[in-house]
Amino acid sequence: MKIHDPKTLLARRSMMIGAGNLVLSAGAIALLGKNSRVLAQNAPVPADVAILNVAVGLEYEGINAYAIALKSGLLMAPGTRAARKFQDDHKRHNEVLIATIRKLGGEPVTAKTEAEYAKALRVDRLKNQTDVLEFAAGLELGATNAYLGVIPAFKDPELAKVAGRLAADEATHWALLNFDLGRPFAPALNFGA
Amino acid sequence: MRWLLVTGLMYLASVAAQADGDAKRGEMLFASRCAACHSLDANRVGPALAGVVGRRAGTAPDYAYSDAVRAASVSWSEAAIDAWLSNPENLIPGQKMGYSVPDAQDRADVISFLKSQHDRQ
Repeated sequence: MKIHDPKTLLARRSMMIGAGNLVLSAGAIALLGKNSRVLAQNAPVPADVAILNVAVGLEYEGINAYAIALKSGLLMAPGTRAARKFQDDHKRHNEVLIATIRKLGGEPVTAKTEAEYAKALRVDRLKNQTDVLEFAAGLELGATNAYLGVIPAFKDPELAKVAGRLAADEATHWALLNFDLGRPFAPALNFGA
Repeated sequence: MRWLLVTGLMYLASVAAQADGDAKRGEMLFASRCAACHSLDANRVGPALAGVVGRRAGTAPDYAYSDAVRAASVSWSEAAIDAWLSNPENLIPGQKMGYSVPDAQDRADVISFLKSQHDRQ
């Protein structure tokens, strides 16, 4: 089983994405963009905040799932590098989501304990690297579809765009895990249907 | 007035829900679309869903529901689940699930799968 090296991926992505990538130091305003209706009106939209908070919960789960995988001793070196990279992505997602919720006047949800995530995700069934990669691929596929699925629900189109960007990251994770698992390429229009 | 609207929506949903559901396909849909937030037997981002069919809304043990769902007088009949999956905010305004399942057959399949898992809770 070949594990994709995230360094190569990052170099490629940097070239492709360039200056369009997220700038965390600029926080929520950079994420939302100057065309955000919410920021323009300076009034929170409760439904949007609720959806963002579900996303925060989802990202916390991803962060903890990778933490558990990294501690499991089941991943070989390339898999460990990939898990760290993907976990970092989820952390970056949450930094931006939380900043956005606060900018909108909402209160972000907090993380559960790692033990609670371990129990809810039933990680005791993971026995080898393939189990871990399949588990991670399932979470990433679910997250991709979740972000695509909430796009029509956002009142602020800029937030819908953010959900699309998050979905792209999750789909990238899924595609790499899928490749490393030796599964066939996904058909066109595989996500969000 | 809202109850009239909700009742009407549930009636329309029940008509749509009359399509036969395929539990096997519903299981695949659940895995790819619902399992990001839901498990059958554990509360995650969303509440545990084993035994949801017939359960009163807002009553999965130890799950932190929105005030709206906790206060809703909704029982999760197949028609109610169909209405919820079709547009959660229409059924219970102020809830927190932004995800919906637009296709009636997909909803019927997921509901059929959830019914098949009734005994797990």
